Amino acid sequence: MYEIVSKKILNPTVTMMDIKAPLVAKKAQAGQFIILRVDSDGERIPLTVAGFDRTKGTVKIIFQTVGETTLRLSKKNEGEYIEDFAGPLGTPTKTDGLKKVLIVGGGVGCAIALPVAQKLKEQGAAVTSIIGFRNKDLLILEDEFRNSSERLFVMTDDGSYGEKGNVCMPINKMLESGETFDEVITIGPLIMMKFVVEAVRPFGIPCTVSMNPIMIDGTGMCGGCRLSLIEDGKRTVKFACVDGPDFDGYKIDFDEAMSRASMYKDFERHAYEKACNLFKKEANDNE
Amino acid sequence: MNKPNMSNLKNPMPCQEPQIRNKNFDEVALGYGEETAVSEALRCLNCKNMPCVQGCPVNIHIPAFIEKIKECDFEGAYEIISQSSSLPAVCGRVCPQEKQCEANCVRGIKGESVGIGRLERFVADWHNAHSQTAPINIASNGHKVAIIGSGPSGLTCAGDLARMGYKVSVFEALHTAGGVLVYGIPEFRLPKKIVQKEIDNLCAMGVEINTNIIIGKTLTVDELFEMGFEAVFIGSGAGLPSFMGIKGETLKGVYSANEFLTRSNLMKSYLENPTTPIMKGGKVAVVGGGNVAMDAARTAMRLGAEKVYIVYRRSMDELPARKEEVEHAIEEGVEFMLLNNPIEILGDDNGFVKAMKCIKMELGEPDERGRRSPVPIENSEFILDTDTVVISIGTSPNPLIKDTTEGLDVNKRGGIIVEENTGATSKVGVFAGGDAVTGAATVISAMGAGKTAAKAIDEYIEKGSRG
Repeated sequence: MYEIVSKKILNPTVTMMDIKAPLVAKKAQAGQFIILRVDSDGERIPLTVAGFDRTKGTVKIIFQTVGETTLRLSKKNEGEYIEDFAGPLGTPTKTDGLKKVLIVGGGVGCAIALPVAQKLKEQGAAVTSIIGFRNKDLLILEDEFRNSSERLFVMTDDGSYGEKGNVCMPINKMLESGETFDEVITIGPLIMMKFVVEAVRPFGIPCTVSMNPIMIDGTGMCGGCRLSLIEDGKRTVKFACVDGPDFDGYKIDFDEAMSRASMYKDFERHAYEKACNLFKKEANDNE
Repeated sequence: MNKPNMSNLKNPMPCQEPQIRNKNFDEVALGYGEETAVSEALRCLNCKNMPCVQGCPVNIHIPAFIEKIKECDFEGAYEIISQSSSLPAVCGRVCPQEKQCEANCVRGIKGESVGIGRLERFVADWHNAHSQTAPINIASNGHKVAIIGSGPSGLTCAGDLARMGYKVSVFEALHTAGGVLVYGIPEFRLPKKIVQKEIDNLCAMGVEINTNIIIGKTLTVDELFEMGFEAVFIGSGAGLPSFMGIKGETLKGVYSANEFLTRSNLMKSYLENPTTPIMKGGKVAVVGGGNVAMDAARTAMRLGAEKVYIVYRRSMDELPARKEEVEHAIEEGVEFMLLNNPIEILGDDNGFVKAMKCIKMELGEPDERGRRSPVPIENSEFILDTDTVVISIGTSPNPLIKDTTEGLDVNKRGGIIVEENTGATSKVGVFAGGDAVTGAATVISAMGAGKTAAKAIDEYIEKGSRG
């Protein structure tokens, strides 16, 4: 059992938690992920590490309530426990030698982009960050990004905060004006990462993406997380859990990844609705 | 004293009826009762040269335990088995006896061999039904050993070392102990409570099980030594699934057997309201012919598939699966499409599997191991309608430990290289056994390796503490 040491609601659908897991905290690095189960009959879900405190032995997770498991997790409180918490899994984000980097985060993906930005700042790199959200209510981690970036662009789809538009707009502007970076690192919804890759591609700047497919064990055992890399027309299959989660964005077959991510959509929606009803019923019964 | 039973046939194993059992996940084989067990035991001639024992990878004293059954001393029989095997209830169910002990049985010359596996299972079940797990106090020898993986080899090694007085800690990557016994082998063939009972027995001896620890990630082998463990046994299995490398393998509805079985077994997606989803119903094609393929096919049947096919590129004679599993699968309605090989998986507009393109095969000349290799028949391609494809063509050792352990040598296939008689690896104090060494093999051979390593670890630590 793993204790929830602290809990903070970042916006109506995004929650932050620090989980007591000293062995994981000791090893975790930016870009890696953990697998957790909320209850003893729960499913295993992967969440990318949003931070860690090696002295306190805690690992930070930031998650959006999108399904039954994340809903159950969001209902847990400080001082309560979750059943399983294993990691750190996957390979850390490579930051060696990077001096000027553009970080592009979208939605809850910003939570994963933040430790990468922090690590880059620590090693003395100049970080420019772009973070994008649907609207002002969904904004998270603005201050944290401001602290670890030399320049920060905040974008909202509806213009309710920061600049109106998507994350590609400032990318286009900077790159077209001749500015360049050692690398672009992007983390967010698949569709956003696909567009970021296409925006960067003409300029030939290395572009790393962080994939978060459906998986069970996270150690290379199930193969459910497989995705295709295409290079010179040749496809190779990789396991995101052990070969990733970071990949060369130019090679990822995003359409396939988006298709695979929807494999259990109907099941997930039903499970989510059922869990919602259950929590509503509990809330009503308690009134 | 009872008279010998000279029947040429084994006492049949009582089973759930095929058309009932293919809709539930309860155990298929129900086990002998006391009377049947004694009757079967009386078929044993108690041969002096004991050919059966040589066929057993852990050399159980087979005639001796069968003699005890003849005397209705079932606990006595259990004591004899448990001298050599730490998981008798498991082995009685999943060993390929027809290729091991029973293959050497003298009664098999003129009829069927003695049902040694069935008797082993009877004895273990009898013991488990009539005993309680109580803490066992074993005098500690003050030495600590770490075991990586809680599958058959790790549990066996842990049990043997604990009995010798070692403080044993087992490290398991998943949230439940048991390895392939819980994620791979289905409930209807090996009920999980039997595995749990075996694990409880180990814990009662003081073995400590640590779940959610991935060696190579959470901790490394070198850190285990820093933590004070004097020897490490690697029994991390062969967890990495192989795919065919054909077009369409990333379509939705294509699973590795590992994923399909793990979803159903470990994550319990066979239950009515599962938290982990699985694609079921429709037509399911399982590619491969081993025990895992049979497990996947029979699981698909029970999940409610309308049709289940085994697609295998060789013929019935070459099927590597245990004979009983093949028979059970056929009885339950699994269709065997033999001498066929998939060449492409076809998807619909939404990226879900809709069919599989196969080619017919014929058997060519025997290869160096004497197995006739299949050759495609030209222009024999055909389309098999299917909604789910389960790829069960083998697994290889997981590289996580190899990649993070300096000085640990592995072979071309990723198997850890060991000295056969000891399980010692190229790294001092590190031993290995089971599928992590051999690639996918049987539960009992992994147990044999765990046993060998336990003995070698004891000698290694003894020597070290004297030296």
